[in-house]
This record gives sequence, C-alpha cells and structure tokens, in this order.
Amino acid sequence: MAYVAVKGGERAIDAAHAWLAEERRGDPGVPELSVTQIAAQLGRAVDRAMAEGSLYDRELAALAVKQTSGDLIEAVFLLRAYRTTLPRFGYSEPVDTTMMAICRRVSAIFKDLPGGQVLGPTHDYTHRLLDFSLLGPSDAATTSRAAPDDGVMPRVPDILGQEGLMESDGGAADEPGDLTREPLRFPAGRDVRLQALARGDEGFVLGLGYSTQRGYGGAHPFAGEVRMGEVSVEFVPPELGFAIDIGDIVLTECQMVNQFKGSKTMPPQFTRGYGLVFGFSERKAMAMALVDRAMRAAELGEDVTAPAQNVEFVLYHSDNIEATGFVEHLKLPHYVDFQSELQNVRRLRAEQERMGQEKEAAE
Amino acid sequence: MKGYNFAYLDEQTKRMIRRCVLKAVAIPGHQVPFGSREMPLPYGWGTGGIQVTASILGSGDTLKVIDQGADDTTNAVSIRRFFARTAGVRTTTATAEATVIQTRHRIPERQLREDQIIVYQVPQPEPLFRLEPSRQETLRMHALADYGLMHVKLYEDIARFGQISISYDYPVMVNQRYLMSPSPIPAFDNPKMDMMPALQLFGAGREKRIYAIPPWTRVRSLDFEDHPFRAINAPHACGLCGSTHSYLDEVVTDDRGGRLFVCSDTDYCAERRAAGHVGSDGMKEAAE
Repeated sequence: MAYVAVKGGERAIDAAHAWLAEERRGDPGVPELSVTQIAAQLGRAVDRAMAEGSLYDRELAALAVKQTSGDLIEAVFLLRAYRTTLPRFGYSEPVDTTMMAICRRVSAIFKDLPGGQVLGPTHDYTHRLLDFSLLGPSDAATTSRAAPDDGVMPRVPDILGQEGLMESDGGAADEPGDLTREPLRFPAGRDVRLQALARGDEGFVLGLGYSTQRGYGGAHPFAGEVRMGEVSVEFVPPELGFAIDIGDIVLTECQMVNQFKGSKTMPPQFTRGYGLVFGFSERKAMAMALVDRAMRAAELGEDVTAPAQNVEFVLYHSDNIEATGFVEHLKLPHYVDFQSELQNVRRLRAEQERMGQEKEAAE
Repeated sequence: MKGYNFAYLDEQTKRMIRRCVLKAVAIPGHQVPFGSREMPLPYGWGTGGIQVTASILGSGDTLKVIDQGADDTTNAVSIRRFFARTAGVRTTTATAEATVIQTRHRIPERQLREDQIIVYQVPQPEPLFRLEPSRQETLRMHALADYGLMHVKLYEDIARFGQISISYDYPVMVNQRYLMSPSPIPAFDNPKMDMMPALQLFGAGREKRIYAIPPWTRVRSLDFEDHPFRAINAPHACGLCGSTHSYLDEVVTDDRGGRLFVCSDTDYCAERRAAGHVGSDGMKEAAE
C-alpha cells in the first residue's frame, strides 16, 4: 500500500457542514420549528443561552438554539462570538430590583413579609410525572393570575439590614470590571467575580454551589429570597447627562443570607451571597449566590480550604466556552506531539532494557 | 467580508493587541496579558494565534497556515479560509513565499528569514503550570526568576529514567531571563528558535497571554552540563523524499506492524521531491 497524502481537507469540511445542516433540519416531512416557537415554548433554553452568552436578546438566542439543534453550549458560543463584534457604548445604571415587576418572589426565612410570597410559574411542587396529554396538541392553558406586582417590594436582606443584622451592601464601584474586555487579574474584585459567575456554566456553578453544602467550604446559607420578574434598564448617555430607560429585561435574583460569627473588625452578623441571572433561572441564581459567598472567604477572614473558595480555581474554570474549546481541542491532530512521545517511550524502554542486560551481565 | 472589518477584528482591538505585541517584543519571553476576544472559532483551536495574525496582517501580506507541519490538515484549512474570507489576503503553502506563517505544533524545516513573522498557537503559555497550577504563584516565580522547581523536575527525570523525559513543549530560557513554553512543538524544533532571523510571536487566546521572541535572540533549551539537550526524532529517512534532517510523522500502513515515516512538513517534502529527491517508498511507488 502506498502512502496517500491526506489531501482534500477543504472538501471534507464542506461536506461535513452540508451534512450538519441536513441533520439540523431533520425529516423534511416534519414542519420546521420557527424562532418564534422556540422563543415562546423553549423559554428556559433561551434564557440559559442568553445568560451564559451574556447577550440579552430573545430572538437571537432562539435563533442560536435553532441553529445548534438545541446544543446550548454551542448556542452560547454563537451568541458570544456575535456579541464580541458589537460596539460597547458604556454600562447601565445599577438595576433596581426593588422596583421589579414581580412574577415570583419567595423567602425561606420569613413566613410573611411586606410584598408577600408569590409562587409564580414554578416547577416547584409539580409532581414530576410525564404528562402524556402533551404528546398531542394541547389546549392553550389559561390561568387566573394576579397582574405582576408593580409596587415597591423591599428586598429581604434590606429588611434585616434595618436592624444592623445584615452586612451593608457596600457602595457602588466606579466603572465595573468587564472580563470580556480585560484579562482576569488577581485578586479579582467582586464585580468581576459576579460577572464570571453570571455567565459561567450552569452545571459547573451548580456543582460548586452544591459542594459548599456538603462541607467543602460551607457557610450556613438561608435563601433570604429569590425573585424573578421584569426590571427596566437605565442608561446615562454622556451627551444627555441623565438616565433614560432603554428597555426591560427579565432577571432572577437570589440573596443568600449566611451566618457569620464576626471577626476582629466586624460584629457577628449575617453576610450576603448574591446571584443575578438573565431570564428565569433559579437554579443558577441560587448556586451563584452560594459560590459568591464561598469566594468571599478570604475577605471575611475565613480559611480558604475548598475549591469553591478558591477564586482563581472558580474563575478560570467556570466558563463553558473556554472549557469546551480546550477539552474538545484534544480531537485536533496531535500526531507531531504523539510521534515525539512514541519515540520517547521507545527510547526509555531501550534504555531500561540496556540497563537490565548490563545488570544481568554483572551478576 | 460584508459586515466585518478587515481581518475580522475591529481596529481598536487590533491596536490593543499590537500594543501588547510591542510590549512582548520589548521583554522577550515574558507573558503579556491581553484582552482576548471571543472569536468565532473555539478556544484551544488557535484563537490566540488568529488574533495576533489578524492584528499584524496587512493587505499586501501572504499568509501560510500549518497544523502539524502540514497545510492541508483540517484546522489549518479552516484558519486559512477564515483569513481568506475576512481579509482577502493571498495565501500560500510555500514557506518561502509567506510573509506571515501561523503554525500549530511545528516550525517549518526551511530556515525563516528576517522579513517573515511566525505566529504560534499556544494552548498553555505558562511553562510551570504542571508544577504550580496557580497563576498568581507562577507570576511571582517569573518575577523573581525562581525556576528551581523546573530544574528539580528535569533532575528527577534524569534520576528516574536516566534522561529528560519531555519530548514536546520542552521549556526554554529566552534571552537568559524568562522561562518560556515554546508551545507544543516537538523538542526537535527547539534549536530552530535560537537566533532565528524571523520575529516569533505567540498567542494564547483562552489564557489571554501574548509573548514574543525578537529576531536574533538567544533561546536555550533547559539542560545540564552532563546531560545536554537532545532532540528526538524517528531514526529513519523520509519514505517519500529521503530526507534525514526533517521531523518525521509515523503513518500506520497495515495492521501487521507496517510503518511509513514521512516528513511532517508537507511543503518541505514536496519541494524536495520536485527537486528529484526520492525516498524508499517513493521508489516502490514508481516501480508499481
């Protein structure tokens, strides 16, 4: 057999992409999904793509989900690569979640409180039984529900704060850091840490948050509150000098309340772990709040022993686009390196054999 | 390409990257952090090299892209197409014709010239990462030129195996100051870095670092007086062109232990064959 140089990489790539497009579309006898359908009926997938893609645009996120056949990390990748081409005009005013149009708000630490408990559209307390009636078309579900609560709804940690039992939130930083423009540097400020968690992989953040509950850096958390709803985003254009409303976004916010026995400089009080995510994703917001609090260990004078408390470990490994790229790059050709390893192992074995023979001869 | 700037990146980003490249050239071997952008290709697949190339490319440049020494490996094809599409520059497979060469895992066999730039794709810019995973800590070690850990690792190799067991990404000392990862090129290629006439740029996109070796800079592979650096290569000649001086790929030809060794640098091999050199397998082919 003669060696045939592997040519035609270009044709192979084209053919692979054509096949991919065919796979994505699937059976042409089945109607094609529209982006509107995805945005409306696969909302949580769209939310996740937006959150980890750091781009709030339901239509583009739905397009990304469609284009990637529902591979959400690929969808995130598409959104990120698009986002990076957009000009950056500045940063918004801090969103005021006390003014959120509430769809859901629960507190695990007070039975009742101003604004009340609002269950909202949650999977909680559903029995996880496959609903076979959904195999066919379903009737449009209508429910009687209260209009979103537009009144001011105080945040639970602020209620505790009135008594001084909760650490203060700290003042706003100047310009917040942005790790999509500047490389990570350590020590990383909380602004950058929260940004990394907010766009971090849901599974990774969930696993790390869970690990703190099992003893790897735990901090006795209580879900002070979780809320979800629409908030308006305000921006101060330099040419105007005052804030204008540029749109509404759906956010999920979680405030974890953690026990803290105090330090030399701080009295015993509760400390915060904070989670804030685009769209409706309580799992992510809660896990983020746990990990945020864990990463504050050094600042609060606690021992840093667990992975979730190691800021460098968490920040360098939470990004699924970085992670998937590097893990999957292993399928790229490595035959040059492998060849050097082959020669190396052969040489080491020859050396070992030679030494063995010498030893035998000497005996 | 419609809707995108020349070579994809916007001019502000290119300027930022060029400033980092200048700093890197001024401090040979030192890793300069940069605001790596999220590219439309995956991290780990050459985003650092692509950003460096995009920032230095002009419309008059001729670009060559290789992966494993070859122009026709799929990722090299993909990256070459990316620049043909977004920058419209001339591309080539001939090392001698290129003004910019982006590479993964190899240095071409043909000696590079002063008017050429070679851009390496770097997966892991930190040469100490296997010994010390924390970048806060390695930053300190570089600042103090505290490289004892690496010397101990090499010493332990010799003590255990009788030789240094690193076969690729073999650490080098640049300009007698910074310990540097040469990227995962085979140790065979390391000597080519020393006093190279071309500018060598290294881009690590995921790790957000750029570093450089200016032309005519001393690059020494770490070793000991009594255990000098030795490059590893297969003890064969290229089956196609007969070269005994080039790095060889091993191709499995059957399931009975059949092997064919051929140049990993496809342009070098093709050039030699065009000049009439024939290897043992090439002769077989001609006879068939």
